Amino acid sequence: MADVKIGAYICKGCGLGERLDTQALATIATREGKAAFAKEHDVLCSQSGVDMIRKDIDAGEVDRIVLAACSRRAKTDAFGFDTVAVSRCNLREGVIWTQPDTEEARELTQEMAEDYVRMSCAEVKQMIPPHPNELAERNRHVLVVGGGISGLTAAVEASRAGYPVTLVEKSGALGGWAAQLWRRVPTRAPYADPQDTGVAELVAEVEADPGITVYLNSTVTRTSGAPGRFAVDITAESGGTATENFGAIVQATGFTPYDANRLPEFGFGKSPDVVDQLGLEALARAADGGAIKRPSDGKEVRSVLFIQCAGQRSTAKGHLPYCSGHCCNTSIKQAMYFKDSNPDIDTTVLYTDLRTPGKGEDLYRSGQRKGVIFTKGVAQEVKPGGRGLQVRFKDLILDQEVEVDADLVVLATGMVPNSGVDIEAALKKEAAGAEGGADGEAAADADAAPVQEVSILNLDYRQGPDLPKLMHGFQDSHFICFPYETRRTGIYTTGPVRRPMDIAQALEDATGAALKAIQALENAALGRAAHPRSGDLSYPSFHRDGCTQCKRCTVECPFGAIDEDEQRYPMFNEARCRRCGTCMGACPVRVIYFDNYSIDTVGQQIKAVDMPEESQEKPRILVLACENDAYPALDMAAMNRIGYSAYARVIPVRCLGSVNSIWVTDALNGGYDGVMLMGCQKGDNYQCHFVKGSELAHYRMSKVYDTLEQLQLEKDRVETHEVAITDIQRAPQLIEAMAETVKRVGLSPFKF
Amino acid sequence: MSDAVATSQSILVVGGGISGITAALEAAECGKQVVLVEKNPSIGGRVSQLYKYFPKLCYPSCGLEINLRRIRANRNLRLMTQTELVGLSGTPGDYTATLRIAPRYVNDNCTGCGACAEAVQAEFDDEYNYGMKKRKGAYLPFNMAYPPRYVLDPRILGTEDAERAKAACKYGAIDLDMQERTVDLHVGAVIWATGWRPYDAARIQPYGYDRFANVITSVEFERMMDPFGPTGGKLLRPSDGKPAKDVAFIQCAGSRDRNHLKHCSRICCMASLKQSTYLREQFGDEGRATIYYIDIRAIDRLEDFYARVKADENVRFVKSKVASITEDKQTGNVILNGVDTEGYHRYSNPHDLCVLAIGMEPSVDRSAFPVEVAVDQNGFIEAAPENGAIFAAGCSSDALDVNRSVQSATAAALRAIQVVNRVAGVEG
Repeated sequence: MADVKIGAYICKGCGLGERLDTQALATIATREGKAAFAKEHDVLCSQSGVDMIRKDIDAGEVDRIVLAACSRRAKTDAFGFDTVAVSRCNLREGVIWTQPDTEEARELTQEMAEDYVRMSCAEVKQMIPPHPNELAERNRHVLVVGGGISGLTAAVEASRAGYPVTLVEKSGALGGWAAQLWRRVPTRAPYADPQDTGVAELVAEVEADPGITVYLNSTVTRTSGAPGRFAVDITAESGGTATENFGAIVQATGFTPYDANRLPEFGFGKSPDVVDQLGLEALARAADGGAIKRPSDGKEVRSVLFIQCAGQRSTAKGHLPYCSGHCCNTSIKQAMYFKDSNPDIDTTVLYTDLRTPGKGEDLYRSGQRKGVIFTKGVAQEVKPGGRGLQVRFKDLILDQEVEVDADLVVLATGMVPNSGVDIEAALKKEAAGAEGGADGEAAADADAAPVQEVSILNLDYRQGPDLPKLMHGFQDSHFICFPYETRRTGIYTTGPVRRPMDIAQALEDATGAALKAIQALENAALGRAAHPRSGDLSYPSFHRDGCTQCKRCTVECPFGAIDEDEQRYPMFNEARCRRCGTCMGACPVRVIYFDNYSIDTVGQQIKAVDMPEESQEKPRILVLACENDAYPALDMAAMNRIGYSAYARVIPVRCLGSVNSIWVTDALNGGYDGVMLMGCQKGDNYQCHFVKGSELAHYRMSKVYDTLEQLQLEKDRVETHEVAITDIQRAPQLIEAMAETVKRVGLSPFKF
Repeated sequence: MSDAVATSQSILVVGGGISGITAALEAAECGKQVVLVEKNPSIGGRVSQLYKYFPKLCYPSCGLEINLRRIRANRNLRLMTQTELVGLSGTPGDYTATLRIAPRYVNDNCTGCGACAEAVQAEFDDEYNYGMKKRKGAYLPFNMAYPPRYVLDPRILGTEDAERAKAACKYGAIDLDMQERTVDLHVGAVIWATGWRPYDAARIQPYGYDRFANVITSVEFERMMDPFGPTGGKLLRPSDGKPAKDVAFIQCAGSRDRNHLKHCSRICCMASLKQSTYLREQFGDEGRATIYYIDIRAIDRLEDFYARVKADENVRFVKSKVASITEDKQTGNVILNGVDTEGYHRYSNPHDLCVLAIGMEPSVDRSAFPVEVAVDQNGFIEAAPENGAIFAAGCSSDALDVNRSVQSATAAALRAIQVVNRVAGVEG
């Protein structure tokens, strides 16, 4: 630490000069904060202020700077110094905008500012500007798993951008389910008639592209490594295995059609004239534009009835609870197969909600024009009789039971994702057992999934061989704003394995997934983090000496980034890491650190706060706030001049998951009267962008209560809150409430 | 940010809503040079005006914060606000884009301190709150406005307010002499992310949006939930400020209708389901929602959310296209008249407030495109080879929800990258 050269720059603009004794702050920065110098400036973000700082950096006067001015969220363009370690000391939003501008408040306001200067100096002293990991590798090769239209599209789109692609397909042919369609739902205006599937052209493009290598009859039998350096075994059905290296992976393993044999009430399996939508496509292909014939006797179909939501949108045992999204449009398209060849054929679509969003409405209207009948009703039974089949249903408009005859019945069944092994099944089972064996959603879903669970990627990751499944077995992102968010960096799922979808959406989705794969490998090459800390060059390291091989970091990493080496030490796989610091929060012996974020960068801030003696009756409240949500909420409170206790000292953290219990126990031992953790919503609808950070923090803090007991401290002194970015009024109220609590239970006995 | 230069290897993104932001960031994070232009003073678009997202009921500002963080950290991305694309010529890989930049009258020196807003007296309708509230003539559009810089309303120019603003600013940030500028940029590909606007509710004559105070649109209803919005975060009906505990939602208001928008706007069913939860959030068991619908389009996994809302006994579903709305002059209540098609029962139901689940139409009229692109009968840009290297993202291409807009924008980013990489290959 001998060569630490801290420069402290103290701004006097935006009222700081009037409200604070900036000279005193400068003195504190040099005397207590050990800054080489402290400079005051009237408007630090102005050109002359920025030039002053830049000059010092360029002259080698400083390698770490404290910018005592506004929030880290403000004036980021002006303060973009990325060659030195920077601590933004938040005197504006964090101090003067949250405290009343009165003579009485002046003393506490100044104390607050002085503490923040001490904290920033302490923080920056521990920081090293992060450099990209030298081990970062660039590999521009993209692996696409699955040769249906999603996989084909991802391959073509990545190749068109100049990235070589290898495509692995389990079966002997490319094209997937889409290749079995007669026609597809229209994609161009006026969206009125079925159109060619385009699959043949897509397959031809892939086969003709020298940038795309195709393995048929092959599967991925082992995947190891990380973005930029995936090593993948591709094994042919016949036995041979090739090992190739890739920068990123797109998983487009699609869906399995729901097994219609599970719907005996609709006569599937009993009569060959009851088919599912793919069955109808086969009949249409056989007809080749001519009259479609029913399977039982080859008679031309004169009447056909489509049952929507067959085995879907249903809570019945063995059914799919979700909607597969495409089936309404598909049935309309299929009804047109009949109407287009012979307008006299009766075509009825039996539905409860007809779901043709967007341009689908044009197709729906076209169907109506062509004479397709749409009946709102619930099918109850299909059995042989009458002209062929008898369908009994409840007509919801007429509010009565109706029976009709049909030559052919088409069941619009759903999609079941091919998402591999449920790596969290064991955990879910455990949880269900703990709740007394009640069969929760997970159990019902497992029951609905007739797909045999075989691993797709065979990841040799510590946390299991496939990507975690989300709702109903799909591997969709959990985030509205970030549909491509993945919990295995550099591996992107696309198409119906992610979410039930139609062809049009799958094409968009696969193109987007190809971009994310390219982005992941480009970032990995530069040692940069992927979303949400995009561009972050820091990565976790650990002191081998102190590590007890407890594995907590490898188990708790929300992204499965950490493996164990042969000697059972953690292996961080930086390119998989998202830099949330959950491992750092987990480590009981505190050996994990980032260059610019560590136990010390926060711990020393906590210790740097000046702890008034008990007699002064000035409590101190430590607030550890998630930098993405709680901290901005406090910032915006300040912008609206919503104040909070002058006793609070707020430290932003990357994620509540990075909070190590030592910070809390050190704070309590050091005389803080209250400690607050503010993180994002946890639970099923979690809003934590690092998935489990907030959840883990809540769990870890429950353990801290034992410590409180040992210290004979009141439980009320430590609180963990779920705070959203919109809690602009509530977050300050929570701090105020903690100040009240401290008043009630009294000052900490641990003041020195 | 903002080291980006414009060359034939740059990508221009038009529109700074969630789609434009996403397309710009995804391309920039692949190492491409991107220029993002937005006609308003700040980015964020319509999602920044939402209280919550369906189906997670999480907050759009949370994701916006992440995206702003990504923008701040990315040197490949240059943001230009109050900027419109007025001309585009050239061919794929070689376009010249003409941009018109309106004066903000506030320069980079602005620290966001807010002294100008305090000094200015004149107030105007607040666009961010759909005119339901006033804002000052010098203003920060909303709490998370980015860039976090104040704006002067051009209407205060030449008034004493302009001088007041200038006098109040200690940092020389107010520049009353700023002029409109036009610049040409050389770019290789263009991503069109101009988004949507709510259909004009007044045109749905039988619903009386222009006649009855207590008939509002879904986007206006959304603003009421913002603690900094027009009602301080309370669901109060406009006529008398009474809590709106019994609310009717009319689906397909302007959508799926030959007289208005022919397409289905996709988001409105989910939006009303979401908004029905606001009633319970504010009023507990006293909150009541009635949703008048044709079909509830909660596709794919959104079905779970529909099931959840249906389980709430205070939310009622009536399959009916509402015929007309009348007003009870005594109570201020709105009365919805129509026939429940499930069993054909006539109804005349009074409610405290009626929310029109308003349709989504492309924000750029067909005639207003500065360049020839294939536009379908609903006004959305088609994915067509004849569009060259102009790629639509988000709601300029289709009626999409946020999740699918982002998907579309990410795909558009790759299509643009393909073009500029080809150019790089040729030039390289």
